[in-house]
Amino acid sequence: MSLNTEQFILNIGPSHPSTHGVFRMKATMDGEVIVELEPVFGYLHRGIEKLAEQRTYTGIIPLTDRLDYLSAMSNNLAHCIAVEKLAGIQVPERAEYLRVILAELQRIASHLIAAGALLNDCGAFMTPILYMLREREKILDLFEMVSGQRLTYSYIRPGGLAQDVPAEFLPALQKVVTDLPHFFDEYDQLLKENEILLARSKGVGILTREMAINTSASGPVLRASGIKWDIRKADPYSIYDRFQFEVPTGKAGDCYDRYWVRMLEMRQSLRIVEQAIQQMPAAGDIQTKVPALIRPPVGEIYSRTEVPKGELGFYIVSDNSIAPYRYHIRGPSLLNLTALRDMIVGWKIADAILIFGSIDICMGEVDR
Amino acid sequence: MKFERYGVGLVKGLLVTFKHLFRHPITTQYPEQRLVPSRRTRGNELVWNNVKCVVCTTCAKTCPQGAINMETEVDPANPGKRIITRFEVDTGYCISCGLCVESCLYNALHMGYAYERAQYRRQDLIQSNDGLLASETRKASAFMHTDMEKDFPEQTLLIDRNKKKAVIKPSGDANIEPAAAPPPESTPAAPAS
Amino acid sequence: MTEFTWLHWLLFTVIILAFVIIMVMVFIYLERRLLARMQARLGPNRTGPFGLLQPVADAVKVLLKEDIIPDEADKLVYWLAPVVAFFPVLLVFAVIPFQNGGLLADLNIGFLFVMAVTSISTIGVFMAGWSSSNKYSLLGAMRNVAALVSYEIPLLLSTVGVIIISGSLSMQQIVAAQDIPFILTQPLGFLLFFIGGCAEINRSPFDLLEADSELVAGHHTEYSGMKFAMFYLVEYAEALALSAIITTVFLSGWRGPLLPPWLWFVLKIVAVFGLMIWTRATFPRVRIDQLMALAWKFLFPLSVINLLITAVEVLLLKDSYSWVLVPINLAIMSILILLWAKLFKLGWGKIEV
Repeated sequence: MSLNTEQFILNIGPSHPSTHGVFRMKATMDGEVIVELEPVFGYLHRGIEKLAEQRTYTGIIPLTDRLDYLSAMSNNLAHCIAVEKLAGIQVPERAEYLRVILAELQRIASHLIAAGALLNDCGAFMTPILYMLREREKILDLFEMVSGQRLTYSYIRPGGLAQDVPAEFLPALQKVVTDLPHFFDEYDQLLKENEILLARSKGVGILTREMAINTSASGPVLRASGIKWDIRKADPYSIYDRFQFEVPTGKAGDCYDRYWVRMLEMRQSLRIVEQAIQQMPAAGDIQTKVPALIRPPVGEIYSRTEVPKGELGFYIVSDNSIAPYRYHIRGPSLLNLTALRDMIVGWKIADAILIFGSIDICMGEVDR
Repeated sequence: MKFERYGVGLVKGLLVTFKHLFRHPITTQYPEQRLVPSRRTRGNELVWNNVKCVVCTTCAKTCPQGAINMETEVDPANPGKRIITRFEVDTGYCISCGLCVESCLYNALHMGYAYERAQYRRQDLIQSNDGLLASETRKASAFMHTDMEKDFPEQTLLIDRNKKKAVIKPSGDANIEPAAAPPPESTPAAPAS
Repeated sequence: MTEFTWLHWLLFTVIILAFVIIMVMVFIYLERRLLARMQARLGPNRTGPFGLLQPVADAVKVLLKEDIIPDEADKLVYWLAPVVAFFPVLLVFAVIPFQNGGLLADLNIGFLFVMAVTSISTIGVFMAGWSSSNKYSLLGAMRNVAALVSYEIPLLLSTVGVIIISGSLSMQQIVAAQDIPFILTQPLGFLLFFIGGCAEINRSPFDLLEADSELVAGHHTEYSGMKFAMFYLVEYAEALALSAIITTVFLSGWRGPLLPPWLWFVLKIVAVFGLMIWTRATFPRVRIDQLMALAWKFLFPLSVINLLITAVEVLLLKDSYSWVLVPINLAIMSILILLWAKLFKLGWGKIEV
């Protein structure tokens, strides 16, 4: 006897507790199993690329804050590096080190959210994410200290930083850097060997090497699939070539690897921060003289940086005016989502949420 | 997937949460306990110094949101100078990016230090003229005004409230100072071509 | 057994109702506070001293909410579901002894009654899931039914050992037989019962029924106001019932030195519930196929083996079933769990479509 079953369509999102924003997955379900999935995005479209064409190069910085609002500092840096390359602006030594410190702290902060939210998607009742938020808070304190804001920093400028860090920044940073490894150890104790997490995430949502490359995935998603590709190493920007750090990679490309790569990357980021503190000149300029309205020469540039979620590229076409002629953003979140369907189909709805969470997207960047 | 670790992972996790039971909570009771915000806080309002202001309208031009509205006219008494008739900031549009403060060459603009500036009506968010001057409730923050930083209390940091672990290095320790050695001899921060 | 009179009946009905309502409020408070502390937060502390009135405030708030019925809902079933879900939970307490002889009805099939009655509330949950005409609700309800059907078996089998030792199904007799709490002589039984029980009442890590990250809120996605409050009450009343059953069956119920019996009873219930809060604060959620696999491949065989071992022990050591067996049974439990940890395989993962 066979039961007559029927497939049905389940709308996961756009307002669903674990779509990390306003993302919609139109899932065709066979019972608990997802047989077809259609990702729908665009609910948070704000036209950032077009808005940027009407703004000065400095005025775009607040817009980049709002791309991936969990890693605003990295986005600021990525934009500023693009503009610096376009306009040929040199950055003072001390500013470079501070930028690296801030960008790596931002990477830790963003990965903390990613790893915590993944566990929330996995069903842990808020505990991991609250621990993560607690640690992120310490980093946000530092950001607040230097920039005056906790989320949208707008702190990095073409040619350096908006202003020098206050005197109490370095002692506080030192404390955070010494404190964080304790937390990572404790967090690993909480979840590294947790059988339920292993059972839920190992082998789930595998993104194979080939598929990861073909869908131009980047960041931890790509590295979890076993590809050692980190723009900080492969195409060093800023002063990343001066630091010793490793690029952690996964083997299987499953949800656990993506989680674990992030956990390892945080430790590596901490290493970079420590080295940067050691090497940083004690005093010096933090801002080169840059005209208030930057007019880059006619030309175009694609500049890419490794932000927490992957490769963030800015393609800027300049017509020698104060605003870019064309401003394109290559957001890692959007491109990492490309393989979502292939990763999810065949898994259950619970896995779908977990796989989606393990990609770690930020809707601000997907929809722009 | 097997229970490879015989449930040891589960027990370890349980121990971590149990330890937290005896730790200090990190939350604060907001209206009663207040954290000291950063000296450079970019509160959601502008503090204007109408004495220093020379009516160059740079702030209004710089504002990415167009939240600053300035109306000027030629001073009848002194035709070489302009006076301001209306300086209006719609804090509802303001994104607190601080670019206006940064762009002001005459130090006539500050970000606000207060953070409880919610209003019931949208019109109340529009501040203009004398309403933009500094007062008891409208304190200016030290954002982009490093000279003012000493007037503010030190920011509360969560890391200092972590009582469980001994303070690892008291401030002023030698290790906290940046390395005494000169910076690496490499070229000054070459932005890769 | 006390004489069954109307007075007795009335008195205990009131006691049980009051007990359930008050204990549910205590549980809600306790859970929120403990969870908060485990998560480095403070938890509710504004309403009343130490936030003790928070459950009351919650109740008032939820009762004042607008009662929304979806257009597509099956109105009658939608109305009935919370009621159907709630009352069986109350019935459980009819056979739980609060102190020696202090229970509504000392049924000689007490434990069977408990098992039978607890499964009824699933019907309410399924009614809720079906009648809301919401796919999330339906998925949640289906998961609940699947979980219940699977977990009833290991749940019952894991306690048969206790019943063999005590020689009675009556809860009163089971408590009376516990000179040594059965948690010591039946450690494996306790573990299986606790896991199975958590799964049956959908406590974390088996809270698939309302899996908030997947199914929004499961069967009560569409419910609001009083009806939602009923489901909320059911959830905690079930936790209370399970704690009470575990207390009675494995923790020697009301028995204990010095303190009055009812206080021992309440303390033990709170301790068991504390354990549930602790697991909820720590573990992620399992998947539906893993839940099923756990029931059929882990709990079920182990409970059968446990039953067998207990039967042999009781047969061999008829009268001297005592402290001697505590280390033996603990050793057996460890060996069995280690063995099963090697053999056990969870779920089947991806399905080719």
